[in-house]
Amino acid sequence: MLLRGGRRGRRRRLTDRDRVVVSVMVGVPTLLVIALVWVPALLSVALSFVRWNGLGSVGDADWVGLQNYRDIVEIYPPFWPAVRHNLIWLVALFLGPTVLGIALAAVLDRELRGSRLYQTAFFLPTVLSLALIGFVWQLVYSADQGLLNGLTGSSIDWYGDPEYNLGAVIVASGWRHTGYIMLLYLAGLKGVDPALREAAKLDGCGEVQTFFRVVFPVMRPVNIIVLVITVIESLRAFDLVWVINKGRNGLELISALVTQNIVGEASRVGFGSALATIMLVVSTVFIVVYLRTVMREDNS
Amino acid sequence: MNARLRAVYALVAVLALAWLFPVIWALLNSFRSYAYTAQHGYVSFGGWTLKNYADAWERGNFAHYLLNSLYVTVPAVIASIGLAACVAFVIARFSFRFNVALLGLFTAANLLPPQALLIPVYRIFRQVPMPFWISSSGSLLNSFLGLILVNTAFQTGFCTFVLSNYMKTLPAEMFEAAEVDGAGVWTRFWRLALPLCRAPLAALAVLEVTWIYNEFFWATVLMQDSSKFPITSSLNNLRGAFFTDNNLVAAASVIVAMPTLIVFLVLQRQFVAGLTMGSTKG
Repeated sequence: MLLRGGRRGRRRRLTDRDRVVVSVMVGVPTLLVIALVWVPALLSVALSFVRWNGLGSVGDADWVGLQNYRDIVEIYPPFWPAVRHNLIWLVALFLGPTVLGIALAAVLDRELRGSRLYQTAFFLPTVLSLALIGFVWQLVYSADQGLLNGLTGSSIDWYGDPEYNLGAVIVASGWRHTGYIMLLYLAGLKGVDPALREAAKLDGCGEVQTFFRVVFPVMRPVNIIVLVITVIESLRAFDLVWVINKGRNGLELISALVTQNIVGEASRVGFGSALATIMLVVSTVFIVVYLRTVMREDNS
Repeated sequence: MNARLRAVYALVAVLALAWLFPVIWALLNSFRSYAYTAQHGYVSFGGWTLKNYADAWERGNFAHYLLNSLYVTVPAVIASIGLAACVAFVIARFSFRFNVALLGLFTAANLLPPQALLIPVYRIFRQVPMPFWISSSGSLLNSFLGLILVNTAFQTGFCTFVLSNYMKTLPAEMFEAAEVDGAGVWTRFWRLALPLCRAPLAALAVLEVTWIYNEFFWATVLMQDSSKFPITSSLNNLRGAFFTDNNLVAAASVIVAMPTLIVFLVLQRQFVAGLTMGSTKG
């Protein structure tokens, strides 16, 4: 009660000028984010229920209810491959870069000679854009000038052949993701109370056991954040497949399908919006998990 | 050191080398002539030259695209951090009922998939008229300003989250003292809070420079005139120009990567701090 009274008192002390300053400081950024992020998100949902070729005004659009969703699920050929690819992407990021990133963080967290140098090596890809990574890995994957075929003597077109290109692209994107995960865990490990480790050691735990039984569970917030980031990153994956072949021929992803439906000749606004809404719904679930994690940490 | 530990260290060293390898490979081949590699294959040694860089620079029109990146990156970085600092200050220093909701609104915005917002943003940008001295297209679509706005809107969320967490750790007594001395809200923000936030501001600046410089999606879909692409998006066009010559691809990659590599290697500490502050508040 006392605290609330104090706060209220402070608020009342705001002069008119301060009131204006506070309003502007909050208002301008909020308006920008609402106008360019939240309003578009809601509009995407609304547009997903109409059929509209994008010409003329929105008023000309026909309300078709759930028809777009039905079409996506039933008769849009690239949809299920895209869902499958997104899921493969997600699982691969977990099994590869995430596990490796955790392992690297656990090893490099200890005072090991050259630790910083190793960290730099693993971080390095993190500062490159995914579009550029597609470009760099072309030097490895290219059919006739690539390192991979040069070493093995095969003639696979790693980016072009739908049997291999998804795997090839995931390796390249995992190359970048590993350093990111390692970094998050390194930060998390620094926050673990050393006394916990000491206690575990006194209780006779080995290093590996200590990590899994004591350290890993304590890092629960980091684990959740990494989970959410990985899900969202694999859902948003776009740049790499778009530079390679605009997300076709084995590289279909939901993000690329949305873009294909909007950019270019035939724009199917309602249909594309339904695909966009599917992305929004999936990401919202994980964003809520994320917010609950970081905000709860906030209050403690 | 026991044998098992030594094995782990050796493994890490080998992995680190493997991790650097694509970059080293690009660097290596960027200095080799196409004629040599065509004759001896890429798994060979020799044919050193600097010509690829000159050719790539020329053919890729990099001076132009790097400038485009500069036009977008610098204002967007300043705007997103500046706006975020304002919101973060109010969230951290005043207790309004909607504080948590506000922070959530900003933080979540940064995590939404941009593709899911594409259609409305595209339509809105096409509808907003702009004077021709700002945008030659007459609307926000296909203009640097549009790209700056959209990047700012997205990145403000992340910066707000980091800065508000940091500002909450600043001692409240200091601000109360300033208030008693008659310092208004703006003075407390500008003269007190911002100077104390030098560390997170530097970290965010580094991080945002690499992120906005690397941004690909919005530039690709909102800029219809490919001569206005920032360098990251222009890579797609360049593929055609370089298609038959991987040594040129290598040199181009090195050129495009250079700004972020320099930022990273020189300001590594800030970069790492930024990423970790944002995720776990380390």
